[in-house]
Amino acid sequence: MTPPPRDHRRLVPAYLATTGRARPSRNTLDRLTVLYAPASPSSRLRPEQRRLLELLQPGALTLAEAAAHLRLPLSVVRVLVADLVDAGQLSARAPVPEAELPERQILEKVLDGLRTIKSSR
Amino acid sequence: MDSALSSPPGDDPDNDSGNDSRHDPGGRAAGMATAVADDRDSHETGATPPNEMYLSTGTPQTLVKLLVAGPFGVGKTTFIRSLSETEPLHTEEIMTSGSAAVDDLSGVREKSTTTVAIDFGRLTLPGDLVLYMFGTPGQRRFRPLWQDIARGALGALVLADTRRLSDSFEVMDMIEEAGLRYAVAVNTFPDSPSHHPSKLRDHLDLLPDTPLVLCDARDRDQAADALIALVGHVLALTHQETA
Repeated sequence: MTPPPRDHRRLVPAYLATTGRARPSRNTLDRLTVLYAPASPSSRLRPEQRRLLELLQPGALTLAEAAAHLRLPLSVVRVLVADLVDAGQLSARAPVPEAELPERQILEKVLDGLRTIKSSR
Repeated sequence: MDSALSSPPGDDPDNDSGNDSRHDPGGRAAGMATAVADDRDSHETGATPPNEMYLSTGTPQTLVKLLVAGPFGVGKTTFIRSLSETEPLHTEEIMTSGSAAVDDLSGVREKSTTTVAIDFGRLTLPGDLVLYMFGTPGQRRFRPLWQDIARGALGALVLADTRRLSDSFEVMDMIEEAGLRYAVAVNTFPDSPSHHPSKLRDHLDLLPDTPLVLCDARDRDQAADALIALVGHVLALTHQETA
């Protein structure tokens, strides 16, 4: 069966597809896409790109968190991220890792987790 | 507006616009990533030690999203703050109105853009799970944002205020349009008129199995209970579908 056509208005149509490990619906820059910076960023970066990579030096953040800390609009950070991923300067992974659980199991884990949070107080 | 249940505007006990994170006096913790150190004080991260600002390394975590939706001032940010391990952050969203019906050939139609702040919080749960809660404004004019925010969300919690229950109708409409499952939490304010839950249920025209809980958004346990009701409901529906 041919998969349904994708939304053609994505900022980055193909970059995540190359990793081949996420479902098509997740091959987009979600606000929960996890961003990892390389150990040594290239020296040829625009100031905003540099700020983003420096923000990510101590650890990984979601796209939404990165946008919030940089105080840049989410749509702007999406473009920054797309460019940097295309340039090999930034790694991005889908919110749900490759060994993806069925939604039902995720819901069960969330439910268990919330009960733990409550009983721990 | 439902006059019987509404009150004059302007008495909102909390501010949902995201500005409420700006009074944080702490400023940024020392040693935070230098990226934001130039000329911008990242107020939002002031209450969050730098080591807690980042996602944990090691086993890849599963990141999931719930929406906390409701009209302005209903307590979305308060609710998120009660559960979030970090001071709620906000993203700036640029909303272009009038773009929905524009196709590629005639994309010259006049558009106007507005910016809105979307608050969100993060709660790490056992089992390499991280729950993000996005405060999503319910007014119809924010509809362009919904598709993006709702994508991949497990469900939505509708926060309602008994003083203006009818404001929640728009929210529930948008949630249904987005195809999300939801539960309703009535945020109890000190001066809220108290109603019997069955009356509230009638008034909100809920399906019999849609959870309705009362909840003080400032209380962590009650906020957790509201999310438990929501996730339990979504799980039950998922079981039904796969049975």
